[in-house]
Amino acid sequence: MLGYLLRRILAAIPVMGVVALFVFLLLRLTPGDPAAILAGDNATPEQLERIRTSLGLNEPLYTQFFTWIGKLLQGDLGMSLISNVPVLTMISKRVEPSISIALCTIILAVIVAVPLGVIAAWKHGTWIDRFVMGLSVIGFSVPVFVIGYVLIQIFAIELRWVPVQGFRSITAGFGPFFERIILPTCTLSFIYVALIARMTRAAMLDVLGEDYVRTARAKGISETGVLLRHALRNAAVPVITVIGTGFALLISGVVVTESVFNVPGIGRLTVDAVLARDYPVIQAMILLTSGIYVTVNLLIDLAYTLLDPRIRY
Amino acid sequence: MKNIVLDIDNLVVGLGKNPSGQRIIDGVSLQVREGETLCVVGESGSGKSVTSLTVMGLLQKGALVPSGGSVKLVGEELLTATDKRLRQLRATRMAMIFQEPMTALNPVVPVGRQIDEVLRAHTDLDARARRQKILAMMEHVRLPDVERIFASYPHRLSGGQRQRIMIAMALVLEPKLLIADEPTTALDVTTQKQILTLIRDLQRDHGTAVLFITHDMGVVAEIADRVAVMRYGRLVETGTLDSILRTPAMEYTRNLLSSVPSLVPRAPRAETNEPVVLEANELSKIYRERSFLGKAREVAAAKDVTITLRKGRTLGIVGESGSGKSTVARCIVRLIDPTSGGVRLAGREISDLSRRLLQPHRKKIQIIFQDPYRSLNPRVTVGETIAEGPINYGMPRAEALAKARELLELVDLPADAVSRYPHQFSGGQRQRIAIARALALDPDVLVADEAVSALDVSVQAQVLELLDEIQKRLGIALLFITHDLRVAAQICDDVAVMQHGRIVEQGPAAEVLTHPQQAYTKALLDAAPGRGWDFANFRPVEVAAE
Repeated sequence: MLGYLLRRILAAIPVMGVVALFVFLLLRLTPGDPAAILAGDNATPEQLERIRTSLGLNEPLYTQFFTWIGKLLQGDLGMSLISNVPVLTMISKRVEPSISIALCTIILAVIVAVPLGVIAAWKHGTWIDRFVMGLSVIGFSVPVFVIGYVLIQIFAIELRWVPVQGFRSITAGFGPFFERIILPTCTLSFIYVALIARMTRAAMLDVLGEDYVRTARAKGISETGVLLRHALRNAAVPVITVIGTGFALLISGVVVTESVFNVPGIGRLTVDAVLARDYPVIQAMILLTSGIYVTVNLLIDLAYTLLDPRIRY
Repeated sequence: MKNIVLDIDNLVVGLGKNPSGQRIIDGVSLQVREGETLCVVGESGSGKSVTSLTVMGLLQKGALVPSGGSVKLVGEELLTATDKRLRQLRATRMAMIFQEPMTALNPVVPVGRQIDEVLRAHTDLDARARRQKILAMMEHVRLPDVERIFASYPHRLSGGQRQRIMIAMALVLEPKLLIADEPTTALDVTTQKQILTLIRDLQRDHGTAVLFITHDMGVVAEIADRVAVMRYGRLVETGTLDSILRTPAMEYTRNLLSSVPSLVPRAPRAETNEPVVLEANELSKIYRERSFLGKAREVAAAKDVTITLRKGRTLGIVGESGSGKSTVARCIVRLIDPTSGGVRLAGREISDLSRRLLQPHRKKIQIIFQDPYRSLNPRVTVGETIAEGPINYGMPRAEALAKARELLELVDLPADAVSRYPHQFSGGQRQRIAIARALALDPDVLVADEAVSALDVSVQAQVLELLDEIQKRLGIALLFITHDLRVAAQICDDVAVMQHGRIVEQGPAAEVLTHPQQAYTKALLDAAPGRGWDFANFRPVEVAAE
């Protein structure tokens, strides 16, 4: 197991290397002079020359790459071109809200969706099944911002139970944190509940037809025992896959929700950076999201080996 | 007279809730007494499994519904019992073991815990007492090294070991009734023999009533006290083992018994001097399992296999699962590439030809696979399937389709089958289609890889007859891969017995199957179920004076 873990981590290095190379080339191979891109339209030749020297753009490409990688490994992601703040500082301030929302969303979605999927599969073909599947169609098809504004209207404006928008760090106390995170979490959860419930149902339907489920029933154990101990554990592999990739998507895909609830997360940071052509920030964001994908994939694969003893690498 | 444990009276099971719907089980009455084994025998679709699942209350809800009659277990009516009561009775009064020990155990739970679940659900024993009881039961079913197996996952165990676990699980609470649904069908003959003996012994020790479902007359002869023959959901006849095998009253039973191939090899055909069409020379297939940090491991799936096949002759390769017989077949047809050794097809060495150069030779050797339900593309019409080969070799389409019609007639199917799809045919018919497809290229050699193993005996007999007839008519050479010695005895001129990737014995079928020289061949013949019976002639095999 440890050997496997080690091998997987080693295997992640080339993946990240390729991503880094791509990110590096993104700026260098964009048509036109990188310095001109960075400096904007109204730069003087002197300004351009200064940028070139400071970024080492006059050096050969490979020297530039290794210098860049070297800095990267020391945590130096460069300075934002717009605000002149170190990129690392900008991102680290923005990561907490996004990660908080993503984690809460995925936890809520799993708590709601897995039981729904199990029940739908168990009561396959009945009105319960159709009801759950109907809900999941709604979850898929209603846009996130619609759900967000509806929830704000009901719970923040009419009922005044929670603030309309904003974010508080959990270090400021659980109450204020929870108050502000509950609506974005619920909003984002809809689509993930739909996704995970569907996946759980499909996986459970497959497993419930298996011989060992029949064996379990022939043993005279209770129906809950059959469903949870025998069926769900075997159905877990595809469900975990969806949960994992869902989480990775969440990190980078919360921009609409962040905008609706005015949360200062990395989704909005990315959009702002793209609009302002703030290359160092864009590069850092690509690296960050790929890093999260690679890590989540690693965790999913590890979960497989824990869930299914037949999977050995 | 011993007590009646299971009493099925005039049982009717219908398709769906509609009382006038199709009847899957129609008026079946059976009784099993204490310490008795009743074998329910029938071909696929006869309703034998549905009967057993009805007793256990395990029919798929809403799809199959018992609509009449009664099922009594030690006097207690089961058809009207609540779900809760049925759960209480399962494993305590009645238990069941299934056909596929590979899939009947939960792959993600250690087997000890799976047995433990039975005890937790039905007893108040504490953890230690449960563990002791389980280990004792595991020893009782003759599992080795029980502490280790207790903690093992199913995939770490052999097929026989898994079925022993299933039996231990079924019998740990000493139920009155054991239902065994084809429990040895998926096992090799030597393992099958051990499991049958085990069930027999346990039954003798505990007086369990056994309802044993099987399609295999050999197994019936080994284990039954009484036999019930089923067909199309109806009972054909019941009787003691001896009376059914010697003096079957019904036509269907007689036909069923007549279809069982005899273990006594057919009369040998005269040796011929026809040209050799297929030769394998020290053929080997080695799989190298490479691991990232560990050292490479070699597995010889086939090692130094040498065989010769003449035009118009049939060579059988027999062996248990994992013996390498299918690997040899696939190497010879070049579906996989041999690691070393040669294959000469019609005088031309083909083992080292590239895919491109091999192409013109492919048509000379064709293969038929085991499972006709999976070997035909379900979305392609039968005619297209058969004509595809000739078209690939340049035959005009119309001509190829005309040929497909001829071939379908040759294999006794209507010519208009060309425009139909595989799902519209039965298993036996599909295998005929597969044969027609193979013949479409006029091959010199036909490789049949367990080609009749998935078929019911009566259908199997027809397909074997067809292969024989085609061989006579076309002079084709047949390489016949099978695990079934009965089939081998009836179709092969020569046999090669394989074990662990090697040929252990080779020679004329009449010789090898009656006077085996090697211990393994002897063991294989010894384990063949029902070898004491000559089913087709309704009598025990006379011990011929030697």
